[in-house]
Amino acid sequence: MLTHEQAGDVFDRIRKLSSADEVEVLFSGGRFALTRFANNTIHQNVAEQNHGVSVRTVFGGRTARATTNKFDSESLGQVVRSSESLARVQHPDPDLLPMPRPEQAGEAAVGGGRSGSLPSRHFEETAAITPELRAEAVRKIVGIAEPRQLTTAGVFASGESFEGIFNSRGLSRWHTQTSAEVSVTMQAADSSGWQKANSPDVTRVDPLGLAEIAANKALESAHPGEIPAGKYTVILEPAAALDIVGFMFWDYAGMAILDQRSFLTGRIGSKLFGENVTIWDDVTHPLQAGTPYDGEGMSREPVELVRNGVVKRVVYARATAERMRRSEYKDKVGPIAATGHGFPLPNEMGEMPLNIVFAPVNDPQTVEQMIASTERGVLVTRLWYIREVEPFEKMLTGMTRDGTFLIENGRVRGGLRNFRFNESLIRMLCNVESMSVPVRAAGEESFEMVVPAMKVCDFNFTEVTKF
Amino acid sequence: MNTAALRGASYADVRMVAQRSRALTTKNGKVGSASDAESVGMSVRVIADGAWGFAASAELGRGAVEATAAEAVAIAQASSRVKRENVRLAPEKPVVAGWSTPYKIDPFTISVEQNIDLLLRIDAELRSVAGITLAETNLNFHREEQWFLSSEGADIQQTKLSTGTGYAAYAFAGNEIQKRSYPNSFGGQWQNKGYELVEELMLVENARRIAEEAVALHKADQCPEGKFDIILDSSQLGLQIHESIGHPIELDRVLGMEANFAGTSFLTLDKLRKLRYGSDLVNVVADARQEHGPGLGTFGFDDEGVAAQCTPIISHGLFTGYLSSRETAHTIGAARSGGTLRAEGWNRLPMIRMTNVSLLPGEKPLTLEQLIASTDHAILVQTNRSWSIDDKRYNFQFGCEIGWEIKNGKRVRMVKNPSYSGITTEFWNSLDAVCSRAEWTLWGTPNCGKGQPQQVMGTGHGAAPARFRGVKVGTAFLGN
Repeated sequence: MLTHEQAGDVFDRIRKLSSADEVEVLFSGGRFALTRFANNTIHQNVAEQNHGVSVRTVFGGRTARATTNKFDSESLGQVVRSSESLARVQHPDPDLLPMPRPEQAGEAAVGGGRSGSLPSRHFEETAAITPELRAEAVRKIVGIAEPRQLTTAGVFASGESFEGIFNSRGLSRWHTQTSAEVSVTMQAADSSGWQKANSPDVTRVDPLGLAEIAANKALESAHPGEIPAGKYTVILEPAAALDIVGFMFWDYAGMAILDQRSFLTGRIGSKLFGENVTIWDDVTHPLQAGTPYDGEGMSREPVELVRNGVVKRVVYARATAERMRRSEYKDKVGPIAATGHGFPLPNEMGEMPLNIVFAPVNDPQTVEQMIASTERGVLVTRLWYIREVEPFEKMLTGMTRDGTFLIENGRVRGGLRNFRFNESLIRMLCNVESMSVPVRAAGEESFEMVVPAMKVCDFNFTEVTKF
Repeated sequence: MNTAALRGASYADVRMVAQRSRALTTKNGKVGSASDAESVGMSVRVIADGAWGFAASAELGRGAVEATAAEAVAIAQASSRVKRENVRLAPEKPVVAGWSTPYKIDPFTISVEQNIDLLLRIDAELRSVAGITLAETNLNFHREEQWFLSSEGADIQQTKLSTGTGYAAYAFAGNEIQKRSYPNSFGGQWQNKGYELVEELMLVENARRIAEEAVALHKADQCPEGKFDIILDSSQLGLQIHESIGHPIELDRVLGMEANFAGTSFLTLDKLRKLRYGSDLVNVVADARQEHGPGLGTFGFDDEGVAAQCTPIISHGLFTGYLSSRETAHTIGAARSGGTLRAEGWNRLPMIRMTNVSLLPGEKPLTLEQLIASTDHAILVQTNRSWSIDDKRYNFQFGCEIGWEIKNGKRVRMVKNPSYSGITTEFWNSLDAVCSRAEWTLWGTPNCGKGQPQQVMGTGHGAAPARFRGVKVGTAFLGN
């Protein structure tokens, strides 16, 4: 893998090749491998090595970006020329700020966040995973499926990556990380179960434990019954909760407010959700992963987005914060400051919180306790194909999948055919009766978060599908 | 390939790919993003010990290439530890050939100034309408050169070129955000064409109308709820085809190979040539050939060297074909692959993807206005806003940007927030009219996600407006 020092040398070469007022270079890449299985056999098994260098140049308020994955001198010269020729023909952007100096980027601030020092996210044991090790884990997962007449499908992925940023005002930041991910589906004749987990540290991912849970879900949801669509108390396991709540975080951005595309427009400071909902963005949380700085190299600061149901603030890239201070909204959006959540420039989306952490509640309930206290309801393992139907009330539609169960009189009674839901996320987060201890969860519709299971009343199912 | 063979591969293919793209966007009178990107690399796909291995690298030096080939074989040997049977490839005569996307104007020769000027003119036109709070435009160009070689002797060079462009106008007022897009939502229209696509689309000419519709939606009535006949415009019908025909016919899904992520399919193998998928008017093909049109699923050869083909998928309502590959062809008794294996880039494994899955136009002349004139009571819905379907592709729900109530052959009022839902085969069996060739458009879907690691692929979908009887409308807002 490219090292910080090697990248610094490449940056120096690029800087000499450029005549721009300012130059910024992003580096990314690494090694990634994924073993994929289905029908109790490994059917796809891939590995790749890649790296990219992305050059942004600035001429008198004009900026543009060019990217390549070739590091030879000719290619670096070409990517600099592409960036410069694109930048020169832009209109000057009055909102473009000078690139941040190291002291502005707040490098020292990392580690001083709400959750303490930034933990290491590079683990040798994860980096050393081989195809043989992944295949052996898959063999054991198949060994759980076959005796129970189940068919399994899933992935075991691992990788090692780097991200870096340098600019001509002296900023130089580097982050390395490993990743391990296991996802398991178990299929029976008319039912299925699913589990997924990932972590920078492979020792925190238990493939066989996940396979056991997925297998039990497939068996326990066999011969699914059908109940009519309608409003039910639902228990969303963490992956299901993650996938649905993830759809609102694009809106927690200063640019989304300025663009009037956020459902928080005119609502910051108001109590939008239930008292038990408190949400942070916190890259330093021990269960989080990712780069501790943003697309300009600014340190990601922990930000309290929602406290006891009240939307407190949104996140900002540097330029968005400046624009917000001059805007008609400046007195209606809570604290305004660059928080280190910007995307690489130039972009039209501004920023977004990517390290969501739900705060623990005082009286957490396990999923089992939630089931025991439910007279009639639906237990949901996973949601699927979620899309936004209406943006201001945050109406979302989607399906349940891979383990949907009927709860009656405090017990799981068996599997159910899957539902379509159409539900307002705002209303849903007003209707959370109880939560579990937040965990690091992984789904397919949203990015990973630290999120609890949720028991939600009056969740709106509108249709039942055929299985 | 020599290294792979020496290490024990019984089959190997190599793809070298060079991709170049340009993306320009504007937002509210300013350039939003301006970027060029290129990516070059190679991959080796092998069968060893009867199992698959794949490795890819951006490094193209001799040592790196040989190491990549060796890694692919080692991965295949690891795969073989968990296999039931050896991989079988349908025979394919290896060819030495070249193919390029036909185009009139290379979009990369159009100056960035000219492109930005066009986008800003559209932007100004959109924002000249009172009530528009956000205007977004985009232009995208993509070129891909690929060299494919196989241990069987194939040697194929292809150059593919695509262009995409569109815009959206948003109107925020009260507690409501309404939006209209042109010529389609989520990036507009995309085809395997040069800059001539941009010139054909009448982008500036349509901007004011689109913006006015976005504002007018605030005063429109909510789309009624209940069972109605509906008419889908061709772009929405294109997405309907994509989700409820294109994905279910992917043979890898049918065989369970996508069960963990994208899902499976209700189209189990026993349904081939037996299932009544739709009404007699439903004729669908998967056609990758240039003569079908400049779709995002048009090419000369797929990514395992199989020539582009036209596969009948639904013939007069009867389900007749799947999308297949060399590995899967035998499961449906086919002697040859249907030629649908494609990869997002050099670093991704080719997999079964839709080509151009299109509903053929009606044979009798019928314009949209004539279809409306022949309709007693229906909702005409235009331009997708949301889409969702279950993991076996039975139950779907779509939301659209705008609707029009039709009574006694005339549009009587605009309605907002139209949505409809149904079960795939019930829906396609309710089709009772399809407009003819003059109304048929080959739409591009540039953002189809599938696979692990996920790959984004462009697919094509030809459609003319069509009418469906007795469809559930407004379900999205039921109980809310």
